[in-house]
Amino acid sequence: MRIGLFITCLNDTLFPGTGRAVVTLLERLGHTVEFPREQSCCAQMHFNTGYRPESLPMVARFARAFAGYDAIVTPSASCAAMIRDNHPVLAEQLGDAALRDAVAAVVPAVHELTEFLVDVLGVTDVGAVFPHRVTYHPTCHSLRGVRLGDRPLRLLRAVRGIDLVDLPAAEACCGFGGTFAVKNADTSTAILADKMTTVLSTGAEVLCAADNSCLMHIGGGLSRWNSGVRTLHLAEILAATEGTR
Amino acid sequence: MTEDTDHDGRVWLGTPAFPEAARTALADTRLRHNLRHATTTIRTKRLDATGEVPHWEELREAGAAIKRRTARHLATYLEQLEASVTAAGGTVHWAADATDANRIVARLVRAAGGPDTERHEVVKVKSMATQEIGLNEALAAAGITAYETDLAELIVQLGEDRPSHILVPAIHRNRAEIREIFAERMGEWGRAAPDDLTDDPKALAEAARLHLREKFLTTRVAISGANFAAADTGTIAVVESEGNGRMCLTLPETLITVMGIEKVVPTFTDLEVFLQLLPRSSTGERMNPYTSLWTGVTPGDGPQDFHLILLDNGRTDVLKDTVGRQALACIRCSACLNVCPVYERTGGHAYGSVYPGPIGAVLTPQLAGVRRAASLPFASTLCGACYEACPVKIDIPEILVHLRAKAVEAKRDGRALPTPEALAMKAAATVLDSPGLLAVAQRAGAAGGRLLGGRGGRIRRLPGPLAGWSATRDTPAPPRESFRTWWRAHREER
Repeated sequence: MRIGLFITCLNDTLFPGTGRAVVTLLERLGHTVEFPREQSCCAQMHFNTGYRPESLPMVARFARAFAGYDAIVTPSASCAAMIRDNHPVLAEQLGDAALRDAVAAVVPAVHELTEFLVDVLGVTDVGAVFPHRVTYHPTCHSLRGVRLGDRPLRLLRAVRGIDLVDLPAAEACCGFGGTFAVKNADTSTAILADKMTTVLSTGAEVLCAADNSCLMHIGGGLSRWNSGVRTLHLAEILAATEGTR
Repeated sequence: MTEDTDHDGRVWLGTPAFPEAARTALADTRLRHNLRHATTTIRTKRLDATGEVPHWEELREAGAAIKRRTARHLATYLEQLEASVTAAGGTVHWAADATDANRIVARLVRAAGGPDTERHEVVKVKSMATQEIGLNEALAAAGITAYETDLAELIVQLGEDRPSHILVPAIHRNRAEIREIFAERMGEWGRAAPDDLTDDPKALAEAARLHLREKFLTTRVAISGANFAAADTGTIAVVESEGNGRMCLTLPETLITVMGIEKVVPTFTDLEVFLQLLPRSSTGERMNPYTSLWTGVTPGDGPQDFHLILLDNGRTDVLKDTVGRQALACIRCSACLNVCPVYERTGGHAYGSVYPGPIGAVLTPQLAGVRRAASLPFASTLCGACYEACPVKIDIPEILVHLRAKAVEAKRDGRALPTPEALAMKAAATVLDSPGLLAVAQRAGAAGGRLLGGRGGRIRRLPGPLAGWSATRDTPAPPRESFRTWWRAHREER
């Protein structure tokens, strides 16, 4: 199976540890992975902020970069949802027949990381060891965008040494919403405050999720509150073994 | 799409834009508490009430399908409705906009009052359409007093306030505030509240009951909205919780119903679907306490003079937009408001329209023109909870991003120079369409981040438009080595 990694622009730039964890994890499970260097971004920020013409070249770039892979794996539920739901819309609305075909060819191969592990590779125990108290926030796009269901929790429950605690009101939005956090900073902050309060109520040392974008927002708030809780993409927990972290 | 066409009334009350209006609401701690309490309670009730219906998803799909069919053949069903209502002894009026509708209502009220009646008064059962056209204000200007009879509407009217919610217009008030409003204002409008009024819900309800009973028994004209109207029979339906609507619909001599044209459904049997979907989605009840259905007039029983006003007010323009028209399927259950993280914090007033919350964020810009209400499509985190809760499956997030694109296009058209945001988006698009430029930007960002970054590689203050973000959140400083740099060093050159 030819696996192409879509690391996403945010992970590439700000959270390279998540990308390295995905590589470590998939190699440990016996797979060879590739990182097509032509890749950049899923165009979600442009699309969701209303800049459709600007997002089209990124859609075309994605289809070009990942043509021919059996599986395209990404550690972002949000970007996976963008590609599945909106790349075909953009290609249809603004593109040509060739682009529509190219997008239609790659979209079915796109898997969010936990979907790939559970559905395609058929594993829930990835051999991870992580002896810490952890709580999991299901981001809106992992819940309602790609419908991950309990896949992340099944993977986390199989981690050795982990003390996994439920997050109250887990399904509540964290208030990030991409450029919403900038355009409506005050409302975003009010929503964030409630999310942080529930995180702190769990007594967890680590908050994890399937999206570094939401974690950047929640983690940024937790850091400002000097809370002592750190945020970690769940790929980094799944990649952890004895002696790491 | 309407562009800056002025459908007057209260669809869009103008500035301030959402972010500023929200800031005021966010600072009101009592409002925040009232809203959180109310939305949390209704959310739980709704999940219980919808969860116990085994074929809920099929019901939603049926509701959505009826609404899609109605929208595709709207003219046909409206003409059929007109014929049915007329055949049943009612009179149908067509109103292109708010001015038109208000003028028709005022004329009908005066005619019904007769030349010897000095008091021009009407009782009203809660109606979004009449709020949308600013009917009460227009009637007041014409010397006619309109009395709201829905308990929450009464609270809003007496408090000289605006509704904050579609279904629970006084959601932003707690009972202590309501007691104060009743004690101070009821006397100016009719029967005063008792001197010893407490904030016990029973005492408040009793005060309202006595106050309103007087109105029902003395007022000769009633104005209602409509939840649904069946084209085949000409039957109008109003659902409500308190029975005050039932009083309005049966006691007066003249009944005037103001209805948005999208409320028509093809057949009487379609009501079966909506009367299941609506109460469970809105109040979390299996059935609403009062469902009133009437078809024209019945000699000797109920109002003997019935008028139906079919209101367009921008709706046919919305129909032209194949993505945006979904919003016309709304049955005003307000489930989307109760699950929305943004609405829960800001309340309805921040949306600057009689239609607040997620549905307001897509309906208002379409009815009032996207240029005028340009901040509303951005007043959402796109979390998708509204779409999941909507009983007729309106894809609100899809319409939101569709309208965002329209708002950006409208800005582009109207300016000689691009906005700072447009410039930033263009620059970002250029960088992101070039892995080479992206790598350069990553190195520059890492260097800049080290300059900005304080202890632990956290940036505490960002410049320019990002200042709002960094007021409450630290940002990780970009690491020296991006993923693509690491990959090249550790995998490609291995």
